[in-house]
Amino acid sequence: MTGTPQKAVIIGASAGALEALSAILPDLPADFACPVYVVVHVPPHSRSVLAQIFSAKCQLPAVEVSDKEPVAAGRIYFAPPNYHMLIEDEGHVALSSDAEVLFSRPSIDVAFESAADVWGEGLTGIILTGANHDGAQGLQAVVAGGGVAIVQDPATAYASAMPEAAIASCPQARVMSLAEITSYLKGACA
Amino acid sequence: MTAKVEKVEDIEIRLLLDAIYRRYHYDFRSYAMSSVRRRLRQARTDFDCATISALQEKVLHDPDMMPRMLGYLTVQVSEMFRDPSYFLAIRKKVVPHLATYPSLKVWIAGCSTGEELYSLVILFREEGLEERTLFYATDINRDALAQAEAGVYDIDRMRQFTENHRLSGGSTSLSDYYQTGYNRCVLDKTLRRNVVFSDHSLVTDQVFGEMHLVSCRNVMIYFDRDLQDRAVGLFRDALPRSGFLGLGAKETLRFSHHAAAFRDFVPDDRIYQRIGS
Repeated sequence: MTGTPQKAVIIGASAGALEALSAILPDLPADFACPVYVVVHVPPHSRSVLAQIFSAKCQLPAVEVSDKEPVAAGRIYFAPPNYHMLIEDEGHVALSSDAEVLFSRPSIDVAFESAADVWGEGLTGIILTGANHDGAQGLQAVVAGGGVAIVQDPATAYASAMPEAAIASCPQARVMSLAEITSYLKGACA
Repeated sequence: MTAKVEKVEDIEIRLLLDAIYRRYHYDFRSYAMSSVRRRLRQARTDFDCATISALQEKVLHDPDMMPRMLGYLTVQVSEMFRDPSYFLAIRKKVVPHLATYPSLKVWIAGCSTGEELYSLVILFREEGLEERTLFYATDINRDALAQAEAGVYDIDRMRQFTENHRLSGGSTSLSDYYQTGYNRCVLDKTLRRNVVFSDHSLVTDQVFGEMHLVSCRNVMIYFDRDLQDRAVGLFRDALPRSGFLGLGAKETLRFSHHAAAFRDFVPDDRIYQRIGS
């Protein structure tokens, strides 16, 4: 893989995230042609083990980002606890300790909006299971930027509020099961 | 591949930052674009402007706007003893080194409203170092500096501050350091005995003295990489060999131009020590 990737994937999830992500991320092939940003609501005052868990399970390396972390295709980037993760440009993320949004830091909306600014049509935004409304506005920004919006079928989600809110604010979003999301990603970003 | 067309909003943002620099001499032109975009969109909405250009008109023609804009562009919310493990590491691992010096200088760069400053002063008092220490608390936002100097915080924040302080290994009770009234906590003014508050910019100003410890947490995350290199360069110049630099929990010197001038001292808590000359 050389040069800057042309496309990127961003995933937001909350309650039930570990299982839902476990149905997607380990199946992505080692030559996956996009960076994958992941925002999960994690408690602010403890260290997160998500990157370790998925590093062990996945063919792609997974890291919890530091500020200005360089970004490359075929890697998974988790937002750290107690910071917002923003996509600074195609090759870097930036962090912010601005106030919580919808009681969340990291906020899915904040990350998605910044990703839409940078990646535009090259972005696929995916909202999975969760028990609040974070991500609904961010997914709108993905669509407004010309990107692809995907939402986990609320009927299959551990918590349906987040995918339902995303569909309500973003009727253009494609609604899929976790298996369908995985095969879509393998087709669109391989 | 065709050249990327700059979006109109990004052009407007660059023009606004240029206008702010020319009119008011605050330089945000090298701040991280992703955060600037978000903060300026918030300001645009709050000031009821249709576009960033409309916001620019207000900023240029109404001098009362600039202090308010600084609130959007600079102030970050912090806590006393935020990330208690950082302060525990200062206490257990840095203080024993500092205790060998007859006098000490500590720089809290980008002190905002003072939470971090007072955390360090209380820690130094608990560890018996306050008397011999001069603390420099700097920020570009004068309103934030005035708040830092006042040392008044909402009472409903104290529960978190107290818990953080306890987890940081505090040997006293945080309530020893403030008085309450009208839902506010007023910090003991003796905590400011050895503090110098000063208007200083990591973007445009120079180093003002030799420090033993620089604490600059969650300030440089708002800078782009070039500006981060400038700021870390100031810290490199301010720190003699074996001086300490503390960053935020998810900040790192790994990607810095000056990485070779420092070694990891407490990696998990992002405390670095100056090496070389």
